[in-house]
Amino acid sequence: MIDTVSLADRQTDSPKHTVQIFNRTALLWLIVAIVAYSCVPWYMLEDGFWSMEWLDGYPFDTDYAPALFLIAQGEKLWLAPIGIAILLAIPAAFLNNTNRLYGWLLITAGAAGLIFLCAQGLSIGIRGWTADWITTLFGELGDRQFGMGYGALLTALALLFFLTTGLAARGAINGDAFVVGAVGFVIAIVTVFIFFPISDMLSSAVKNDDGLFSLTTFYEKFTHRKIWSLACIDGEQSCGVAWNSLFLAVLVGFFTTALGLVFALVATRSGVTQAKLLRPLTVLPIITPPFVIGLAIILLFGLSGTVTTFVADLLGIQPTRWIYGLPGIFIAQLLSFTPIAFLVLIGVVEGVSPAMEEASQTLRATRWHTFKTVSLPLMRPGLANAFLLGFIESMADFGNPLVLGGNYDVLSTEIFFSIVGAQNDQGRAAVLAIVLLLFTLTAFYAQRKWLGQKSYITKTGKGDSGQHTLLPKRILIPCWAIALTWATFTLTIYGMIIYGSFVELWGLNNTLTFKHYQSTFAIAFDENGWRLKGAAWDSFLTTIKIAAIAAPLTAIIGILTAFLLVRQNFFGKNTFEFGTMLSFAIPGTVIGVSYILAFNVPPIEITGTGVILIISFIFRNMPVGVRAGIASMSQLDKSLDEASLTLGASTWRTFTRVVLPLMKPAILAAMVFSFVRAMTAISAVIFLVSAEYNMATSYIIGRVENNDYGIAIAYSTVLIFVMLAIVCLMQLLTRQTRTRHVV
Amino acid sequence: MRYIKLFTPALLTIAMAGFQPAVHAAGKVTYYCSAQEDWCQLMADGFEAKTGIKVNMTRKSSGETLAQLKAEADNPKGDVWWGGTGDPHMQAAEEGLTVAYESPARGELHDWAIAQAESAGNKTIGIYSGALGYGYNEEVLKANNLPEPACWKDLLKPEYKGHVQMANPNSSGTAYTTLATIVQLFGEEEGFEFMKGLHKNINQYTKSGSAPIKAAARGENTIGIVFMHDAVKQAASGFPIKVVAPCEGTGYEIGSMSLIKDARNAENAQKFYDWALSADVQSRSLEVKAFQVMSNTAAKSSPDAPDLDSIKLIDYDFAKYGSSAERKRLLKKWDDEVSNLPQ
Repeated sequence: MIDTVSLADRQTDSPKHTVQIFNRTALLWLIVAIVAYSCVPWYMLEDGFWSMEWLDGYPFDTDYAPALFLIAQGEKLWLAPIGIAILLAIPAAFLNNTNRLYGWLLITAGAAGLIFLCAQGLSIGIRGWTADWITTLFGELGDRQFGMGYGALLTALALLFFLTTGLAARGAINGDAFVVGAVGFVIAIVTVFIFFPISDMLSSAVKNDDGLFSLTTFYEKFTHRKIWSLACIDGEQSCGVAWNSLFLAVLVGFFTTALGLVFALVATRSGVTQAKLLRPLTVLPIITPPFVIGLAIILLFGLSGTVTTFVADLLGIQPTRWIYGLPGIFIAQLLSFTPIAFLVLIGVVEGVSPAMEEASQTLRATRWHTFKTVSLPLMRPGLANAFLLGFIESMADFGNPLVLGGNYDVLSTEIFFSIVGAQNDQGRAAVLAIVLLLFTLTAFYAQRKWLGQKSYITKTGKGDSGQHTLLPKRILIPCWAIALTWATFTLTIYGMIIYGSFVELWGLNNTLTFKHYQSTFAIAFDENGWRLKGAAWDSFLTTIKIAAIAAPLTAIIGILTAFLLVRQNFFGKNTFEFGTMLSFAIPGTVIGVSYILAFNVPPIEITGTGVILIISFIFRNMPVGVRAGIASMSQLDKSLDEASLTLGASTWRTFTRVVLPLMKPAILAAMVFSFVRAMTAISAVIFLVSAEYNMATSYIIGRVENNDYGIAIAYSTVLIFVMLAIVCLMQLLTRQTRTRHVV
Repeated sequence: MRYIKLFTPALLTIAMAGFQPAVHAAGKVTYYCSAQEDWCQLMADGFEAKTGIKVNMTRKSSGETLAQLKAEADNPKGDVWWGGTGDPHMQAAEEGLTVAYESPARGELHDWAIAQAESAGNKTIGIYSGALGYGYNEEVLKANNLPEPACWKDLLKPEYKGHVQMANPNSSGTAYTTLATIVQLFGEEEGFEFMKGLHKNINQYTKSGSAPIKAAARGENTIGIVFMHDAVKQAASGFPIKVVAPCEGTGYEIGSMSLIKDARNAENAQKFYDWALSADVQSRSLEVKAFQVMSNTAAKSSPDAPDLDSIKLIDYDFAKYGSSAERKRLLKKWDDEVSNLPQ
């Protein structure tokens, strides 16, 4: 795509460039721009591009016309300057890329075109000018425009690459056109799909009821007693939501880390090989739809739950509603997020070099002393990471507090109900979102601070052989006890879920039945052939389709970003990294609301389509792709890339031929993860589903709301097994690639 | 890279196949539904079968739908909004999100439906109505040796401490109706005294309106303050729920329907509107165990449905208590004076 201008070529000034009469990169994007501007429908089509209905009346019908035809007919004249920008770039295609003019022409054309494209898109909407001050400035427009379509999209893309190619030619990032283009592309999409909607949404925090800027409104809402009250410490009143969330998150972060460490120690250092069987537990939280664990906990520990009534009968006491509130959310989140901590820590525990421990023991330290003073401190980065993950997951969790919260309000659900509830206060939601963001970002910052500049590297690639020392007995025995209890508990919960999908009415009527599966996933055969009769098929197939499209895109963007972060150096890299990780710290509810507010109106008008779901999944899960990419790329020796570059390959060629093939397992993992996450996500999705594109999780919520626990649990069970199958398939695939590497 | 090369064409095929909307001969209508899922589906299928117009349905609670209408105000995607408690419909009318329309079927409707429509400038119309009340789980009540409640004031008795559940008026339309009903029934001052007394017995303010009775049905709670038809539904599903129409009298909701302003398929939306008001269509609510009283006088009601004629109904002032200003004032007062009291 964007090759040609490689570093090597430029430095050696190879003769093939001097003889060529036009420049391939510039020409390619110039052709794209011209075609997009003059042949592709500029605006979004109501029936969708692929319906091809627009061919009727094309290219003169103003709804379907490309920009050039619109202007020729005297319509939408504000699109003309974009055409002029494209014309400006034409000479560049015939210049040598070392020519000074080449770079400047492309930069001017790209920047001017992009600025104008954004300006017209944001200032002219479906009711003419979008802001009063523009109307006062220019007078009534008397015209309007709808959302941008493929024509506008491709033009914008071409203009963006004009700009980056130009910048590269002027020497940005070693003059590497591919790297500048990729950086520019990632910045552009992150700006459009993360910064733009989020800042739009958060700005409503400083608006009063009339939509005017007001800091006092913000101050009033921000300092509200319901957010910051500390009344629960001395009285019987409840504390503010901010403290509730913070307390819960710290508790969950701490205990998930502790339990995760216990599991990791048992799995790797108990001397029992079967302990490795604990590993599959790690996939459970990822493949479990929201609500399911909460429901199972109610059915076990609720007022009429199996365990509660049994214990109450046994001890002759009155059953209580103790589970609703902090205890319930805590247990559910502990169940959900401990495996994540385990996943993080098992790598770290394995990664501590045995050589260090052996050295300690050679110096006559006891096993306990070695563990305390050598192994544990070396695990600090892992512990910090695990805590951070538990903390953030707990903060952003939406399903469990919704089902088990009782009167213990937390930020994530409060945000949701500020918007959909009877109070309908978007400003309050924005303020709560800011509080939530403050907490998560502070946690990120504190983690970095705590780890500091110390080195935790123990694997140097030299003489790492050796065996991990076993745990001292006084740690091993309690570890086994805790791990086994917890594993049994987890398995019981999942066992109950499967059992619950087969009974008539759990708790009241325990007759076994297939009824719930029949009503959700029945397939009927009649005169028209096979027919999917079950009520859940529609949302199930939509979910699979959307997840299948989103997963590879997430992986590609994630790995590309990781490549830029690990292998390239450029100005503003830290800000760039922060931007790509931001969406991980933002709770889904906030994303959902901001998307519906930002993308319901031109210039980007995608609510109610499948596209908005796909985009929300890509940007929700991108940080995971980036992290997976960074982790796996750090293990690839840089000399491989350098060898490829030295042999004259372009960065693009190096990336696709050397780096990507070596990262196959990471790409697969990122794909599977984002696929599965897309199937189980709820908090953002609940705002974005529409009639045509309903998702499994939002269907399940509907059933839970309706007290149809049987159907909800049956559907969830099917989802769990589908995802389990996918994860296993991935395991098989990666194992094959790994063995091939060894051979 | 071979990897991606292999995948890209496959993905494009999926994408192209996936986003091809069906060809629509008789046009389409986008329908936002705030009633229970199976009822929404029944209406959508029924209309499609009757007219051949393709129905795009989205089911969301009335609060969520109102939030969506507001967000989409500059560029409405929906055509008609059917179902859900009347207040959000009134609010949408007040904020100019919906348009006035007088259906030819108007003459067949109950007086209360007409009265509500007129108070909203004909921007909404009643499709069903249901009285507020409460329900209790007989088994749990017996297990705790509690007397059977019959009036609103019974709920204040200290022995019910920790046994009563209602939704949070800040998040639920049902609970706001409860608050407004109590204020209209006992007067504002005494009404708030009642809410304070009730607060002592509440074990949880749920987020969703019908959650208290669902919790009661599953034995997770004893008494739930909800709309009576929601309680009847749980009883009809086989749960040990007993429904109570409070002796002092009670308020009611009017489930409504509105046409969305600047709709893309306004003509089909009107067709849906007229069709949804007809007696035949409203009688079909029995198929999905909807126990509300329908607005068409000729529509059949379930024998199990709470009989609105035998319940003492207050003269609920929809215009006043449906307005944003009054709502905000009452909710703030409830927040300041009731919700932060110790329990």
